[in-house]
Amino acid sequence: MELTATTTVRRSPPEVYGYWRDLENLPTFMAHLEQVRGTGDRTSHWVAGAPFGKDVEWDAEIVEEVPGERIAWRSTGNADVPNAGTVRFLPAPDGVSTEVHVALTYDIPGGTIGKAVAKYFGEEPHQQLDDDLRRFKQVLETGEVVRSDGAPWGKRARKEFPQRPAQPLSDDELAKGADA
Amino acid sequence: MRANTWAGRNKVEVREVPDPKILNKRDAIVRITSTAICGSDLHLVDGYVPTMQDGDIMGHEFMGEVIEVGSGVPADRLRVGDRVVVPFPIACGACAACAAEMYSCCENTNPNAGIAEKMFGHPVAGIFGYSHLTGGFAGGQAQYARVPFADVGPLKIESDLTDEQVLFLSDILPTGYMGAEMCDIQPSDVVAVWGAGPVGQFAMDSARVLGAAKVIAIDKEPYRLRMAEQAGHIPVNFDEVDVRSRLLELTGGRGPDKCIDAVGMEATHGSAHIAAYDRIKQAVRSETERPHALRQAIMSCRSGGVVSVIGVYGGFLDKFPAGAWMNRSLTLRTGQCHVQRYMKPLLQRIERGELDPTRIITHTLPLDEAERGFDIFKNKQDNCEKVVLKP
Ligand SMILES: [Zn+2]
Ligand SMILES: [Zn+2]
Repeated sequence: MELTATTTVRRSPPEVYGYWRDLENLPTFMAHLEQVRGTGDRTSHWVAGAPFGKDVEWDAEIVEEVPGERIAWRSTGNADVPNAGTVRFLPAPDGVSTEVHVALTYDIPGGTIGKAVAKYFGEEPHQQLDDDLRRFKQVLETGEVVRSDGAPWGKRARKEFPQRPAQPLSDDELAKGADA
Repeated sequence: MRANTWAGRNKVEVREVPDPKILNKRDAIVRITSTAICGSDLHLVDGYVPTMQDGDIMGHEFMGEVIEVGSGVPADRLRVGDRVVVPFPIACGACAACAAEMYSCCENTNPNAGIAEKMFGHPVAGIFGYSHLTGGFAGGQAQYARVPFADVGPLKIESDLTDEQVLFLSDILPTGYMGAEMCDIQPSDVVAVWGAGPVGQFAMDSARVLGAAKVIAIDKEPYRLRMAEQAGHIPVNFDEVDVRSRLLELTGGRGPDKCIDAVGMEATHGSAHIAAYDRIKQAVRSETERPHALRQAIMSCRSGGVVSVIGVYGGFLDKFPAGAWMNRSLTLRTGQCHVQRYMKPLLQRIERGELDPTRIITHTLPLDEAERGFDIFKNKQDNCEKVVLKP
């Protein structure tokens, strides 16, 4: 499966590139990522969370990198879901902003994990990547993922519907929120 | 705390709900001293604007005292104890839309942008108490509210103006003003305003402040027209006269130079069979609006004039008079108000006595009587123009 998405962030290409290049930042805005841990200069270990039923993990390496312009990576070894991605950072015509172009490829295997992955991506895989990029933009432009009362857990509000009522959280909900 | 909530189609209910808390660093918590019921609340209550949920707190016009600020709000911008009016669109201050002062199109404040994108093509800003389409933010018809990006939106009131004088800076006064401003008013202009509700009244006052020669108020409620007349505007009752003929008469046959639609999607007037057609299309959901006021404004406007739309539309309409629009060189301008852009200059106009927002308040009720407030406002009982609620 191939996915592409684009956004424009009102920050310079070096800033936007810099935030993405620190791969450990990715789980901040990517809904399905639990953790990315650097294991070397160009290698990292990725953990994708709960929606798969169990964690899916893989190692990845950066295969191409042009500072401020482009990063490409791919999974290595026996990844459950072999995947690869490229992100390009282009100066926007306004002279201030950066266009971010993301392309991801997933090799969805057969078997139980394959089914879970396919189900997770569901009917609107593009929507998920679009939403990830919207949060990326939020983090770079405003400093945080924006939370509302109806979708209080930020990136964990993976499905936009159904939401909870738009009213403040009880202490119980708030306590649960961190890992909800 | 107590809050007025959506309880299903055509029903609101004051309930006990949790107190709001800081969720983002740039949030503030405001203890609300005054809030209001807006015409667009009615579209939410009756389900014309979709994606309301049982328990959603209503209200996007509110003001009060800051009782808590998040760690990301600079102290020179907002402190505990400040008295603030809160603008209805939530704006981040950092995106391209905010940089262009188009705050109601902020690109970062709607956590449900994906839904809005499907409905509108591109997402719009988050709005307090205004459905999940605009973010699912709890509203201000409550004792307290969480205000995101509190360092960007809220306007500090440092003089001793009353709540009633400044509350409407949150929405309807800037909305009316923007409606007039988009008309690019010239001293010789005759400006016609469809709808003499609160926003329409402020559009009329603003048109006068911006130098219009004549301002015409179009409505069918005698008390609303009287209110407009008392403020110096010319009333036209569409239940009693043919609007087009009357407008031609008032403008020497030219038609109004500038027309403002302050009615929006639920206009109740129009030619009988177009109205019936709209009702059927609405019933089968292939058209979501009844745009009589907009159609009439376009048909009435003088050639080369401006039609400015500040009445709220939520979805789709048809029978749009594209022929009149195109062949007669009309300019159509519109937008949800970019409130943050107008708050300070309008506060100054209030301080100088050029605008008196209090003139439209007909009812002040305790928050617990919100349901009754909605009822009399919706049914235009007791000459109700604007309801202010006191939590
Ligand atoms: Zn309003
Ligand atoms: Zn913004």
